[in-house]
Amino acid sequence: MTPTDLALEARGLRKRYGDKQAVDGLDLAVHRGEIFSVLGPNGAGKTTTVEILEGYRERDGGEVRVLGEDPQTAGREWRSRIGVVLQDTRDLAEANVGELVRHFAAYYPRPHDPEHVIDLVGLRDKVRTRVRQLSGGQRRRLDVALGIVGRPELLFLDEPTTGFDPEARRSFWDLVRDLRDQGTTILLTTHYLDEAEQLADRVAVVQDGRVVALDRPSELGGRAARLAVVRWVEDGVPREIRTDEPTRTVVELAGRWADARGSAAPLEVPGLQVLHPSLEDVYLALIGVETSVAPVVPTLQGSTR
Amino acid sequence: MTAATAPTTRSELARPEALPGTLHLGLVRARLELRQYFRERDAVVFIFLYPVIMLAIFATVFGQDGARVGPDGGTVPFAQYFLPGMVATGVMLSSFQSLAITIAVERDEGGLKRLRGTPLPAAAYFLGKVGQVLVASALQLALLLAVAGLLFDVALPTAPDRWFTFAWVFLLGTAAGSVLGVAFSSVPRTGRSASAVVTPVVLVLQFVSGVFFMYDALPTWMQQIASVFPLKWMAQGMRSVFLPDTYLPMEVAGSWEHPMTALVLAVWAVVGLVLGVRTFRWTRRDAG
Repeated sequence: MTPTDLALEARGLRKRYGDKQAVDGLDLAVHRGEIFSVLGPNGAGKTTTVEILEGYRERDGGEVRVLGEDPQTAGREWRSRIGVVLQDTRDLAEANVGELVRHFAAYYPRPHDPEHVIDLVGLRDKVRTRVRQLSGGQRRRLDVALGIVGRPELLFLDEPTTGFDPEARRSFWDLVRDLRDQGTTILLTTHYLDEAEQLADRVAVVQDGRVVALDRPSELGGRAARLAVVRWVEDGVPREIRTDEPTRTVVELAGRWADARGSAAPLEVPGLQVLHPSLEDVYLALIGVETSVAPVVPTLQGSTR
Repeated sequence: MTAATAPTTRSELARPEALPGTLHLGLVRARLELRQYFRERDAVVFIFLYPVIMLAIFATVFGQDGARVGPDGGTVPFAQYFLPGMVATGVMLSSFQSLAITIAVERDEGGLKRLRGTPLPAAAYFLGKVGQVLVASALQLALLLAVAGLLFDVALPTAPDRWFTFAWVFLLGTAAGSVLGVAFSSVPRTGRSASAVVTPVVLVLQFVSGVFFMYDALPTWMQQIASVFPLKWMAQGMRSVFLPDTYLPMEVAGSWEHPMTALVLAVWAVVGLVLGVRTFRWTRRDAG
């Protein structure tokens, strides 16, 4: 992998607030054209990290290259190549959707057609609506429109789907995938693990200012974290087995169950479940959250997959 | 100039590849700022219309039955007597109060942070603010003078030198008020507290600066405090525009003190500029 394939690279990144080491030697490398998701509990240092990458904060130590430049010293030309969608903005209440998208397009040397962007985020019928009258989800879509209208090579999305209804989230995910497919690199910060699972090509889990896991969503946590759990109830007591061959386990269990009861035909095993860990389960295990259901990592829940 | 990779739509053909110019973006910003300003009901009532409303109330209450005020042989209608103070107030509200509140709110709501993430130059942002303040206060003063002249029979000055004084007091006052507004915008802790923090400052200054009462009727210590601040000088400058010279004996100094007025306003403009540049930030204070 040559350096030019990287949209973004951080090495040994450090940032301290008072006596709290918010970012503590963090390494990150994001390839061009991928959706890269940063996960982590509140206070893990992910916001600080992303804001250093966006050029909002100065680092104490480490090396950072974003689109080949140091965000701390990069100028307007660099800013015209990135797009930033912040969380928790309540500004621009009195302007309307169309005015704003056209206005922000004027900041950039090579913007998308604002009308096309308005269509893309699904705000065509709100084009004359003032921001104060938009719903939470519509506001977020406007934020995204303002973030992408400059045709960024690298787009930062911070909690983009907060306040979305399920349908709006689906269509937003399609939009993000389309942007990726057109070559935009996307750095996604989210609290929704299913969102990261749906969108991200790779995921980094940040804790205590460091990357503690980095992989594709389907591989995160390694094989041990990915073991399925087979559960059933025997003599009124819940039992479970962790295995990477759940089908074989179920077959053996069924055979033993029937034999023990002198039946030639298979008998129903009470409470039989086969559970696969979701990204959320793996994530919770990685950051050390235990639940009452399964004290060993990974914590498991749900069997919808 | 169209990028080879991009679909050539009309708006893209019209745009050059280079970064848009700062002056052009300043105009684009001013247009958006003005649009938002006049759509904000609070701004329109408490900043834009405030001096007009106050003038109408004072002139109506005190000017009943054509009452006049002033030294013997040089009396003017009450509306004319109040007009300079209201003009000075308008300049201060449209520059200082408006900017101190809106920038504090923009910072708190994340609007400034959003702009910082775009290639918009800081200079263009401030040019937009300047444009918004100049246009809004010019309209405000035009409305104020029209109401005074047409509804309250105030004889507006005709001599060019009086309008020249009006122009430089207006411009210097606006400049000082604007940069001080930018600097003061860092004082309120949140956007919600911004008007609560800024408005009393303005109100106190109005009372001690001779905007509502005759300045020479105020206690000396109050005059001394007021003469440190720009509003007193703006009001005095505007009195020299709208009141006849028969009013000169009522000035504490016995003259309009134009050079001193220009000096104080210019010093405040420089002080405000330095403070504004040093204290301005794109993000909330608690953002580390």
